[in-house]
Amino acid sequence: MAGAALAVPFWPPPAAQSATAVDHLFIFLLAICGTVAAGIFITILYFAARYRRRADDEIGSLRPSPLWVELTWTAIPAAIFLFIFGWGARVYFSIYSPQVGALQIYVVGKQWMWEVQHPNGQREINQLHLPVNRQVQLVLTSQDVIHSFFVPAFRVKRDAVPGMYTTVQFHPTKAGEYHLFCAEYCGTEHSRMIGTVTVMEPRDYERWLAGTPRGEPLAATGERLFTKYGCVNCHGNIAPALDGVYMKGIGLADGRVVTADDQYLRESILDPGAKIVGGFPNIMPSFRGVVNEVELQALIEYLKSLGAPAAGYAGEERRPRRPVTRP
Amino acid sequence: MSTHPHLHRDDPKDYLHCEYGIRSWLFTTDHKRIAILYLVSITLMFFVGGAFATLVRLELITPQSDLLQPETYNRMFTMHGIVMVWFFLIPSIPAVLGNFLIPMMVGARDLAFPRINLLSWWLFTASGVFVLITIFIGGVDTGWTFYTPFSTFYSNSYAVAAALAIFINGFSTILTGLNFIVTVHTMRAPGMTWLRLPLFVWSNYATAVIMVLATPVLAITLLLVGIERVFRVGIFDPALGGDPILFQHLFWFYSHPAVYIMILPGMGVVSELVTAFSRKRIFGYHFVAFASMAIALFGFLVWGHHLFVSGQSLYAGLVFSLLSYLVAVPSAIKVFNWTATLYKGSVLLATPMLYALAFIGLFTMGGLTGLFVAALGVDVHVHDTYFVVAHFHYIMVGGMVTAYMGGLHFWWPKISGRMYPEGWAKIAAGLIFFGFNLTFFPQFVLGYLGMPRRYATYPPEFQVWNVLSTAGASILAVGYVVPLFYLFWSMRYGKIAPRNPWRASGLEWEEADSPPIKHNFEEVPTVTKEAYHYHEGVRLG
Ligand code: HEC
Ligand SMILES: [Cu+2]
Ligand SMILES: [Cu+2]
Repeated sequence: MAGAALAVPFWPPPAAQSATAVDHLFIFLLAICGTVAAGIFITILYFAARYRRRADDEIGSLRPSPLWVELTWTAIPAAIFLFIFGWGARVYFSIYSPQVGALQIYVVGKQWMWEVQHPNGQREINQLHLPVNRQVQLVLTSQDVIHSFFVPAFRVKRDAVPGMYTTVQFHPTKAGEYHLFCAEYCGTEHSRMIGTVTVMEPRDYERWLAGTPRGEPLAATGERLFTKYGCVNCHGNIAPALDGVYMKGIGLADGRVVTADDQYLRESILDPGAKIVGGFPNIMPSFRGVVNEVELQALIEYLKSLGAPAAGYAGEERRPRRPVTRP
Repeated sequence: MSTHPHLHRDDPKDYLHCEYGIRSWLFTTDHKRIAILYLVSITLMFFVGGAFATLVRLELITPQSDLLQPETYNRMFTMHGIVMVWFFLIPSIPAVLGNFLIPMMVGARDLAFPRINLLSWWLFTASGVFVLITIFIGGVDTGWTFYTPFSTFYSNSYAVAAALAIFINGFSTILTGLNFIVTVHTMRAPGMTWLRLPLFVWSNYATAVIMVLATPVLAITLLLVGIERVFRVGIFDPALGGDPILFQHLFWFYSHPAVYIMILPGMGVVSELVTAFSRKRIFGYHFVAFASMAIALFGFLVWGHHLFVSGQSLYAGLVFSLLSYLVAVPSAIKVFNWTATLYKGSVLLATPMLYALAFIGLFTMGGLTGLFVAALGVDVHVHDTYFVVAHFHYIMVGGMVTAYMGGLHFWWPKISGRMYPEGWAKIAAGLIFFGFNLTFFPQFVLGYLGMPRRYATYPPEFQVWNVLSTAGASILAVGYVVPLFYLFWSMRYGKIAPRNPWRASGLEWEEADSPPIKHNFEEVPTVTKEAYHYHEGVRLG
């Protein structure tokens, strides 16, 4: 784990690009705020000593409070604040805005564990194995209450919220084992909803992929479910064909055009009436309470596999462009 | 009897001795007696909340859970938060010192609505009884933030009872706020213009505005939680078509402004203390006064900074971060003005001044670490960790409680007619300052290391910092218990206080006896001077 039990830790290990970015801003803040704080403390102590009361009936001297002094110490902090704001915003967007070509992994939080699904079938509980030096995107949701996926070594966290998908990316830079915490209070065993993120050298990672018993690829599970729940009966004949639907612009019946991202696909399955595809009747039944979060992710992964193939990487199987097995 | 300068404690006309018997206290409409009722109630609640904190800190000495099971631990930190926020911090300075002082400071005989003031205290007491019952039947484990859908469907604790207690408590806060606003608008003595008001009045006025505008939102939110929990109507739970993030928006729309309810009055106290113990006009009266109003106003526009990692839109995060930096500006202005007030003053380091200077230091720490958590990129790491816990304790305990202690000592001669023992008071102040920093500074380190808050168990490498923190808490606890004893002691054995022991400016010192008579002044004073008119001389007797 990070740091032996006896050594007193001062700084979490930096193990991702985001960690370096956050650390730099944090150190800048420490420097500037430390200077300001020291300046104020020293001034107070100096004044308290220098102007200490010498006679019982002494009074302070009447000083004007010139406007320029007030304006100076209003304007300078405001300028510094704006600078910090801008820097913080840059780091934030680099952590949360999605990037193309990332390795996508699904994570479901539930009281009190993390269930991880890799695209080609590996499943893990409270463990996440990652290759070093590869951009990773997590798609998070929760089956019950709000949790938060937190990896201090990456300086990154994101809430897993029931009823919606959130995403977070990172780019691990150093192999090792790191803490995974749940950061949002979620009930009795909140502090035990923890695990390990293992960042591996590419070769070790391949070995891990090969050696881990895996079920069928996530998309194949999704395909099975697509048949099981009768989606096939409508889609392709009375309902829109779903080939290439992922990230496509969808013209809705009310005239809006929306992008078919994860959140849209999720909503289309759980709450089909919310956004109706133009030219189609609102006849799709809701699958809320029928499919669970894990199945939902498999279905969405399947829908994605019907689109353009994702950029492959060493060790990952090429995902089928078309359904592999039709019964 | 009209203008005797040396009216003292034994005079039958002073507010403590003009009537006797329990009814004369429980049904009084005298703002000073109501202040004492609040003082007793919130002191009790402070030690109840402190007991929960003690258990939390004791459990955290070791990484495993040994003293308390997680289930109990979760109830402890929840009850600690609920009791300290709503039953101590929010009423602390406004309901005790504000109640006692605002009418006197503006030159009035009482608040605008004395009976509503009494009602406030009764509502507070009713809600306090409710919360104690909730604790007694088993407590609540939702965190003081009641996040949904955990609080509405998953918690097996007494969430509705706790919410009801806070709901009732809110009405007490709203009525107090209303009373302050109307009093400041309509009851000022002749000559007491807005710009002659002491800064304590300004900051409590700003607080009162927040109380009246924000608290109803909390009441509505808790009502919705109750409705969802009891009647299973989908409001916040996605399984029923609700939106859990909506709850966070509503909750923080109240609770961020409430953070300012928990600091602005402290700033008011410190403005009084710094001027009185420098015997000097405050540096930049207008800036300090309007900074309070600016904080109250902008404080309503920053709630989304609690949702940076929650799934709120990234662009909303951008706006809320920017506005949070905006609200930091007036706070910075205040710190600079207090410091500048010391310049060429006549500085006396009596106990209240020690608390005031400690406040400036600790509030500066809390405020500067606020810049860290408001930075979007840094918040992604430190959100929901001990960094945040340390940050807001520096504001609420290092700031507000320190100011409250300073104010209590400063006005103690006025309230009780007796002086507190200076030596003991300095020892206690020292213990509190040292204990506080030892408790909460290690939590900044823990937070950046990644220790999440609300953890009953934690990885062993975090232990050293937790042990230090608990050691600090035990010193802090002693520091808070000592004043309880010597203040009690002083009521009987303390030196009898003159009317204006600090030679301070202000109607409460210059025009009212220690302790004041029932209606504060023999005659309503006419004000001819600015606040903090040390250069023109202050009246001593
Ligand atoms: C009863 C027929 C029917 C069934 C069964 C059905 N759908 Fe649909 N589906 C529709 C229709 C019609 C639409 C278009 C109208 C709308 O948006 O509601 C649609 C729309 C969608 C869309 C949005 C498509 C787009 O182009 O934007 C998705 C995604 C989807 N369905 C997925 C599924 C999945 C997954 C299943 C199985 C779990 C399923 N559907 C089962 C009829 C059906
Ligand atoms: Cu949790
Ligand atoms: Cu806030």
